[in-house]
Amino acid sequence: MSMGLFDRIFKQPRWGVHPDDNKRPAADVPLRMLPPPARVYMPLHQHVGGAARPVVLVGQKVLKGQLLAAAQGNISAPIHAPVSGVVSAIGEVTAPHASGLGFAAITVENDFAENWIETDPVTDPFSLAPEEIARRTGLAGVVGLGGAAFPAAVKFALGKRLAVTTLIVNGGECEPYLSSDDRIMRDHAAQVVDGARIVMHAIGAREALVGIEDNKPEAIAAMTIAAAQFPEVKIRPVPARYPMGSDKQLIQTLTGKEVPADARAAEVGVLVHNVSTCAAVHQAVRLGRPLVERIVTINGGAVAHPGNIFAPLGTLVDELLAFCGLTATPSRLILGGPMMGTPLLHGRIPLVKGASGILAFDAREARLPAAGPCIRCGSCTRACPMGLLPLEMAARIRAGDLDGAVEFMLTDCIACGCCAYVCPSHIPLVQFFSHAKGELAARERARLRTEAARRLAETRIARLEREAKEKAEVAARRKAERKAAKARAAAEQAQGETA
Amino acid sequence: MLIAVGSLAVMGLALGAVLGTAARYLAVEENPIEGELKEMLPGSQCGQCGFVGCAQAAAALARGEAAVTLCPPGGKALAQALAAKLGVKVDLSAVADGGPQLALVAEEICIGCCRCIKACPTDAVVGAAKQIHNVIREACTGCGACIDRCPTEAMSLVPVPVSLQHWIWPKPFAAAA
Repeated sequence: MSMGLFDRIFKQPRWGVHPDDNKRPAADVPLRMLPPPARVYMPLHQHVGGAARPVVLVGQKVLKGQLLAAAQGNISAPIHAPVSGVVSAIGEVTAPHASGLGFAAITVENDFAENWIETDPVTDPFSLAPEEIARRTGLAGVVGLGGAAFPAAVKFALGKRLAVTTLIVNGGECEPYLSSDDRIMRDHAAQVVDGARIVMHAIGAREALVGIEDNKPEAIAAMTIAAAQFPEVKIRPVPARYPMGSDKQLIQTLTGKEVPADARAAEVGVLVHNVSTCAAVHQAVRLGRPLVERIVTINGGAVAHPGNIFAPLGTLVDELLAFCGLTATPSRLILGGPMMGTPLLHGRIPLVKGASGILAFDAREARLPAAGPCIRCGSCTRACPMGLLPLEMAARIRAGDLDGAVEFMLTDCIACGCCAYVCPSHIPLVQFFSHAKGELAARERARLRTEAARRLAETRIARLEREAKEKAEVAARRKAERKAAKARAAAEQAQGETA
Repeated sequence: MLIAVGSLAVMGLALGAVLGTAARYLAVEENPIEGELKEMLPGSQCGQCGFVGCAQAAAALARGEAAVTLCPPGGKALAQALAAKLGVKVDLSAVADGGPQLALVAEEICIGCCRCIKACPTDAVVGAAKQIHNVIREACTGCGACIDRCPTEAMSLVPVPVSLQHWIWPKPFAAAA
């Protein structure tokens, strides 16, 4: 299935970059199981949307897979116990976030009994209604495992509503160092294919295109065998080029369709789900098991035995690193890939659903060259997969002109980091864009707040006026009544006198 | 020659008369920039600028009678925006801006007198007579109108805590620039 020489030369995408992928040897090491940790910390907010609402009490005994916190709001996902044991605390832990701020989590002390909650398996998911599959997937807390962590069931409903015809299964995994998707395709290809077919049924798609970068020949071979008896599932090797795993780029490569700016993929008739998400859907629907464990790549120059680990969610990053061994104190810790991942301030941070990898970089990998002035070479423009002008946007943001950057379509930037990667002057271009997007979001929040405050103030003024008017009316009525009573009394008196 | 000069002079006079009449009858009542300035101000009518409300402050700004730094709840960001709108230079170093703030009730000192409730321009304080009051965070603009009304000094302004959703990546080279 590997691509021909013609394709290699003439069908290469014109965007993106080709960094050293550094995926091996970690990708080739067989999957290892993490010995169950003594304690896990399950954050309530591991997904896009509203945080989950706890439904357990401190001191309560829980089984593995038991609901800890329920979904809250239209876009949200529930959280389940990754181990059996006792809820020992509901408090704050450090979030896997560049800020190092905290967020709420439920701590479960492991009793090492591995007692699963009673599950509700389904032998034939294709006999279920699509809505029922979405419901089961939602209740199992399945979210996008490629990193975005968008609740899968919400996406199903969207696909159903917008009449999606094609499911794209994302096996791109274009970020260097990461191989968790590669590993799940090699070891659990049947689960991925089955999950993809269940998703197809849930969204009403007619075909599934599995895009796998051609630097993963073992995964392509395993998936081809697993999909052989299902003609609707087509394995499509794609050129290894970063950011092939970004949905807009993968859709364009596989279908030739371009997702318009400000539009969702579903609006061009496709829906993208990650291979690991498909495997999680298989687990959730076929076996009735909620999402409580995942495969995570532990890699980087400071790791003694890099590879992929099957670990319960909520395990501390430090424990995962200790299991793989460290050769040196890491110079930088990253959650996710080196291009788009989140820098971690320390390792006392729990593993979350969207974490595909943890990278511990040594000093050589973590070094940052000093930035120089822009020489207007245009390398960033050629690398940008969205066809933007990073140099122009960054110059405007640097001068504090956010509106100028928006005119250059800053809002279309996917923050892939290609521009900063190729910049010969080492200008932190994508960092400028992340900052500017944050500022724009803050400005929008402030605008909404001001509007709300104005509305409240106007309502209050209207209320005060109404109250004053009502008071005056009541006073006038009383006065009139008194007057009438007086007049009546006077009339009666007059009548009495005449009588 | 005379005809040309004469006809142009007549045309000039006639059109001038039309324009003069139009200026009188179609005059814009309000300075158009006033409305735009009103939109920019917080609109909570807190009165900290010394004017009755935001509309009056906007009018004063439009007439050039008030400084662009007049609005304490707006902070530096608003002063900058107003200066840009009015095309004036502004010294921002004089603007005290500790970032967005919220009112907070010290529950152990609150006696439930309801004075802050009456003072709040956005109805952000809830409570009843002899009941501990509380502030609805989403509705509080941090204007501080309630602070001086409290007889027991139970009201204070605290900075809005930074949350994960509100955190912003620092600007590169911010220290150097």
